[in-house]
Amino acid sequence: MSSCCGKSDGKSDGKSSCASKERRGFLKATGAFAATLLAPGVTLYAFGGPAQARAPGAQRAPSEPASANVRWGLLIDINKCAPDCNACVNACNEENGLKNTGRPEIDAQWLRKVALRDPKTGAQSSVPVMCQHCEQPPCVDVCPTGASFKRADGIVLVDKHICIGCRYCMMACPFKARSFVHEEHDDQRPHSPRGKGTVEGCTLCVHRIDAGGQPACVEACAKTGGAMVFGDLNDPESAISKALRQLPTMQLRADLGVQPGVRYANLK
Amino acid sequence: MAQQRYRQLTGHSLPFWMLIVLHVIGVAAGLGAAFYMESNGHFVTGMNNQTVWGLPHVFAVFLIVSASGALNVASVSSVFHRLAYKPFARLSGVLAIALLCGGLMVLVLDLGRPERVFVAMTKQNFKSIFAWNIYLYSGFIVLVAFYLMSMMDRRLAKRPGVNTAFGWSAFLWRLVLTAGTGSIFGFLAARDAVSGAIMAPLFIASSLVYGLAFTVLVLTTMSFETTESMCTPDLIAKFRGLLGIFGATTLFLTLIAHLSKFYATPTHDIELFLLRDGGAFPVAFWLGQILLGTLAPLALLAIMPNGAAGISELVGASVLFLIGGLSQMFVIIVGAQAYPLKIFPGYEVSSSFADGAINAYAPSPPEFLLGLAGISAAMLIATLAFRLLPVLPQSSASSGA
Repeated sequence: MSSCCGKSDGKSDGKSSCASKERRGFLKATGAFAATLLAPGVTLYAFGGPAQARAPGAQRAPSEPASANVRWGLLIDINKCAPDCNACVNACNEENGLKNTGRPEIDAQWLRKVALRDPKTGAQSSVPVMCQHCEQPPCVDVCPTGASFKRADGIVLVDKHICIGCRYCMMACPFKARSFVHEEHDDQRPHSPRGKGTVEGCTLCVHRIDAGGQPACVEACAKTGGAMVFGDLNDPESAISKALRQLPTMQLRADLGVQPGVRYANLK
Repeated sequence: MAQQRYRQLTGHSLPFWMLIVLHVIGVAAGLGAAFYMESNGHFVTGMNNQTVWGLPHVFAVFLIVSASGALNVASVSSVFHRLAYKPFARLSGVLAIALLCGGLMVLVLDLGRPERVFVAMTKQNFKSIFAWNIYLYSGFIVLVAFYLMSMMDRRLAKRPGVNTAFGWSAFLWRLVLTAGTGSIFGFLAARDAVSGAIMAPLFIASSLVYGLAFTVLVLTTMSFETTESMCTPDLIAKFRGLLGIFGATTLFLTLIAHLSKFYATPTHDIELFLLRDGGAFPVAFWLGQILLGTLAPLALLAIMPNGAAGISELVGASVLFLIGGLSQMFVIIVGAQAYPLKIFPGYEVSSSFADGAINAYAPSPPEFLLGLAGISAAMLIATLAFRLLPVLPQSSASSGA
């Protein structure tokens, strides 16, 4: 099961329903008994001590839970984002198998470019908008089944197995970042299943991140304008943290207090 | 005081059979529509990624809110000890359960994955008001069922304390239930049209009107069917007063809700959209909710003659209040989504995902049929209960209550 749809990754450290957690519980019990006999390193593993922050680009082992020491985020410099460039949108669609069916009102858009114009100054800009991977996500708050959830590393996902398709998360999201799957879709990507009747949105390409890579949009942007910086907001030495210290940035709808993981620079 | 006797519904007149057939067709059409929507996907409906809740939600929430209010008569009798209402308490409880079942049927059948409804019962996020409502709805049905049992079971009926306890419990529960339903919308911080604590009391007041209107219509239908005058002049006068108070209260809270949004600068535009510039929404608000759905029935109640002759006006006012209720839900639920979200306040915005645009919504026939099926299902459930259980009061004693 891919990390973006299943609970194996997504809830391994936040939900108790995983079988792996039961096994871990068993290991804890036996580990406690054997603690005095076994090497300290083995004991530490059995007790499942907090995972250490992962170095950027390092692959996460399938058995390793997402770490709360990491907070993945994005910085988008609007000055470097050309209005006519759609590289990030196209990359997202290609990566996740999102197709244009010719019916824009029901086509899913995980990432879109929003054209802005300041009516007072006439200043124009083009802003990529996707799930903001909020620290306090309203979609997670309102989801009745817990299908909308936030991983320990800050990535907000939908568990496709328990989404009932009520669309309350779409009502609650301040950024219109979620789409409803209105019909069957063939030719789906294995890492990005799209079940009819469920809700979906940007996964921050969690399958790539877990493999030590970067989101598809960031990779595509790097080949064009280089407006996107991805990284660990908790790591002061990461490129994104350094950029955030140097640039004045803002969050979308900061007044709502949801603390998005996506920041924008030079949004004017 | 003579002991109140109750009867079951037996033998139907031709018009009543026609009414039953009509509702059976309504339910069948709704189930067919739901199957069509689920097998094809929601793209066959008018709902989309901008307007995610449509007509099914309008009908579902309307019925759920009405269900709570349908318990009015029972509550007034058990909680406030008004004996005139006591003969109708059973009917009131049955109707409350029936309306709730109808509303929930619509809500569940519109889910993207209705077959996963049991997931909603086994996996819960208790921070979600939606999850709380699952308990509030199912708890309401169980509680009212026990409440009915306390009225119908001979041994329990001899212990008034039991009935009072269930009466109070159901009364408090329904207040929380309606507050919870209103809060589904009130808690949406980014939806300027509906966010706010006033949604809870507004929904409670609305429930009192719509539930009582349904009660009046069902009572009148049963009077015709049983040829017993259940709506006595005394009861007509009491219903007239209650509907008037509840209707005026709903109007007052609606006024406050909109005025407070008009007062706050950031919500001027959404209010102007809903009340003046928004096409179908100002029409639904002013014509449907305010004129036809509130002022006209209030006027009817004001001018209706005293005594039994006023029943026509009372029925007319009830029908109009229900039209107003559907209009109100349409403005609240669909109108809140039609106006674009302010992701970039102060900017003019546009995108391929309808940012900055008024979201169009054209309801499809399947949605409408599913919504109507909720009302039909509620009426069939109530009829079945009237046939199987001694719910309907016999008129010989009712006038002396």
